[in-house]
Amino acid sequence: MKISHIIAIVVIAVAIAIIISTASDSSSYVSFDQAYEMAAVDNKTSVHVVGELKKDANGDVIGLEEGADHLSFSFLLIDENKKEQKVYYNEPMPPDFTRSEKVVVIGKYKADDFVASKILLKCPSKYQEQKLNNASI
Amino acid sequence: MMHYFIGDLGHFFVITAFVTSIISAWSYWKAQQNNELDQSWITNARVAFSIHTISVIGIGVTLFLIIYNHYFEYNYAYSHTDTHLPVYYLVATFWNGQEGSFWLWMFWQAILGLILIRTQKNWEAPVLVVFALVQGFLVSMILGVVIPGISTKIGSSPFILLRDAMQDPIFKTQQDFIPKDGNGLNPLLQNYWMVIHPPTLFLGFAATIIPFAFGIAGLWRKKYSEWIQPALPWTLFAGAILGLGILMGGYWAYETLNFGGYWNWDPVENAVYVPWLILIAAIHTMMTYKTSQTALRTSFILVIAVFVLILYSTFLTRSGILGEASVHSFTDLGLSGQLLIYLLFFTVIAIALLAIRWKHIPVSEKELTAYSREFWIFLGALTLCLMGTQVIIETSKPVYNSISRFFGGEGNRAPKENAIQFYSYVQLWFAVVLCLLSGTAQFFWWGKMDKKKLKEILMPFLFALLIAVIIINVLRVYNVSFAALLFAGSYIIYSSARILISVVKANPRLSGGAIAHIGVGLMLIGMLFSAGYSKVVSLNNTGLLISKEAGDEFNRDNLILFINEPRTMADYEIEFLGERIEPKYKSGYIKRNDVELTESPYKVIAKKDITYNGKKLFSAKEEFEINPENTYYEIEFRKGDKVTTLYPRVQVNPNMGGFVASPDIKKDFSRDIYTYVSAPMNKEEEPEWSKMEETTVKIGQQFFVNDYVAVLKEVNRIEEIQGFGLAKEDVAVKAIVEVQGEHEIYQADPVFLIRDRSQVGRLPSEINDLGVKIALLNIHPETGEFSLGINTRQKDFVIIKAMEKPYINILWIGTGVLMIGFAMAMTRRFREH
Repeated sequence: MKISHIIAIVVIAVAIAIIISTASDSSSYVSFDQAYEMAAVDNKTSVHVVGELKKDANGDVIGLEEGADHLSFSFLLIDENKKEQKVYYNEPMPPDFTRSEKVVVIGKYKADDFVASKILLKCPSKYQEQKLNNASI
Repeated sequence: MMHYFIGDLGHFFVITAFVTSIISAWSYWKAQQNNELDQSWITNARVAFSIHTISVIGIGVTLFLIIYNHYFEYNYAYSHTDTHLPVYYLVATFWNGQEGSFWLWMFWQAILGLILIRTQKNWEAPVLVVFALVQGFLVSMILGVVIPGISTKIGSSPFILLRDAMQDPIFKTQQDFIPKDGNGLNPLLQNYWMVIHPPTLFLGFAATIIPFAFGIAGLWRKKYSEWIQPALPWTLFAGAILGLGILMGGYWAYETLNFGGYWNWDPVENAVYVPWLILIAAIHTMMTYKTSQTALRTSFILVIAVFVLILYSTFLTRSGILGEASVHSFTDLGLSGQLLIYLLFFTVIAIALLAIRWKHIPVSEKELTAYSREFWIFLGALTLCLMGTQVIIETSKPVYNSISRFFGGEGNRAPKENAIQFYSYVQLWFAVVLCLLSGTAQFFWWGKMDKKKLKEILMPFLFALLIAVIIINVLRVYNVSFAALLFAGSYIIYSSARILISVVKANPRLSGGAIAHIGVGLMLIGMLFSAGYSKVVSLNNTGLLISKEAGDEFNRDNLILFINEPRTMADYEIEFLGERIEPKYKSGYIKRNDVELTESPYKVIAKKDITYNGKKLFSAKEEFEINPENTYYEIEFRKGDKVTTLYPRVQVNPNMGGFVASPDIKKDFSRDIYTYVSAPMNKEEEPEWSKMEETTVKIGQQFFVNDYVAVLKEVNRIEEIQGFGLAKEDVAVKAIVEVQGEHEIYQADPVFLIRDRSQVGRLPSEINDLGVKIALLNIHPETGEFSLGINTRQKDFVIIKAMEKPYINILWIGTGVLMIGFAMAMTRRFREH
């Protein structure tokens, strides 16, 4: 076979491998209910759940609990279907956590608790800030 | 007083820059169409471009004046700056916002355009058409005008007033309200990297247009090969600067951010990495054309692909499409439509032009045999392209989601949970292939190879194998992929070194390539050890479960350290020695206990002579300035005889929410020790004190305070108490209690006082480091005894994460070597031209 044909075949094979690996065991953004169902079937795959922190009437975050050893914490996350779920996280609370507009937790259900292995924060958009900072007035 | 003129001036410059870029593009177009027989179009175009450049500089100067003079009536100054920043950080705030960074890009490109006008007599017209068009698009991003008919806004101007950008109610009552201070710069961005990384990166972006413009010019003019010679040195320039910018970003992340690494496979990072890979491939195919007149079509495809990918990365980064997928994701300025048009415009035109001219591009007759240098370069370019494809396909998931949603689908694919596993391990194998190809290709490049000469390659191959085997066994690199990378890295270093020796003997100016390849090998080996063998020193396996239901899948990477209590982790003994503060004008760290606060948070008074590392910093009673926002945590790492002290930093900044932590790194040749504070103790709440314990002692008698040995040294009558008025008949008595801590002796001085002959008061004294509070409860003159009350609380603590990153310095050394190689290659090609 001509060497250029061999190379072409190898390239195509690699390309296909790339596409398959990208598409396979892909995580997806789901709701807590979907995550719960998925955990019943397959407890190895992590899912992404987008939500907001539970806040009280003043807009302050509630439901935060520090672990007894200070090295972990739990919080209440409300997903896009308005379901509230307690999420456990195995590290101390990340800075800026309470100021995050949206929170993405990556993890899975263990029995009835959602254990997050990673948290992604989205900081509030400065451009959309409609109120001036009181400190500067 | 509102300063309206300067904003209007800035806006005027923007419009002028836009109009002149279009005029320049048009004039250069006409010049090219007329085959430059008529110099007047060229002159027109040059005048327009010069005015354009002056306007761009004008935009920069006006915006800087707004920032420098703190005109907070302007949105840009308010949102990104404040009055506390020193001048060099004010410069950095320039590119803190999207509008400013667009400006940086167009500024560099205007400069490059001017340089090309001066140096490229032959190619000026068609190349500058592309330049001017791109400039037009860039300026349109900061136009900020509204088209009346369709009421869409084009661009986002940096010169809009605060009251037009934000709908705060205060503007309804007070039109001319100007805030006293701005939002300032995120503390993570307040370092010298923010001053040098963006300009370097944007210069790299701007430079990628040069090979693209030359390629388009070549296609347009139907001069399919002459463009390579002038374009090559600039392509090297782009590769060097863009690469340098990317690496700066990595080093910055390592030094300042807390994920303990230099690369996160974040979509914004990937979006720049992929064009860079393709750019490297383009450099090699262009070089191949110069020597053997092959790979011309490939070169066209690659230089177009590089620029298209840069536009794509701009789109990904700035359109907000990345949303939740990236920590870098900038807020959506509503520019996504414009960015898409920008991207599609150039992509479609370039591909169309290439397609039309495809058949006319000369193709070499040469057969591609396995012994030709072109063959190896081609394989290398192919590998680089596959490498880039793997990254971009996964990174573009948010784009697939958007497209899917556009057509009514669900579009909720999430990115891979473990980016490192997905990207790093695959890219690692691509890198192995690249090293093997590159090490071998260099032999083919520099000499006519045939079956006999193949033995020449065998030597480095076996040598590398030997070195790899030795290192694998000594350092216990038992992972297959790491072993492969180690072997491939040694191979490319050794092969390139051999080539370098023979090239230096013949003509030293040609050594750039070999040196660059050595740099790449060093970088890969540095990455291998520092990332692959990074050890979490603070790994803690003795903790309790979070809750019984949470299971035991644990990765306790954080360590809680109580003050003065060492813990042993992974061959290190780690101890938290206390919080420190930093004087403003001297270098060193000071114990909080050693200073007294004053009314101003910025000034303190030394309680005693303060020394640091043997040097005396301040005398007793001396007043000096500090940076109150920064708290440092003195953490000592002991391994055998070696003691390393690190000072990770925490900054409490209410504007930025919560706290901001920065790591401290101890750099050694063989490894870096990297630590940062994951969570400081919560100082807001009142500490919980235990129930008071009473003990009665005589002077000189030893007793225990929370397991510490204490002694009542003396009890004296005192005439005055600070901050407390004493009348003549009042009696005040102070007890000095010495408590033996782990490293030093602390003193508590509780006071007992009788006012107006009847009221009894007690002022307890607290020893912070030990977490004890001692009060002088009662005096029994008959027996000569004193009653002391003792309360204790949980000791101060800090939660840290500590990592060991072996041989990471090899990575940084490799970076330096790579840049030297690039510089030499660039110089050679510029001289040839």
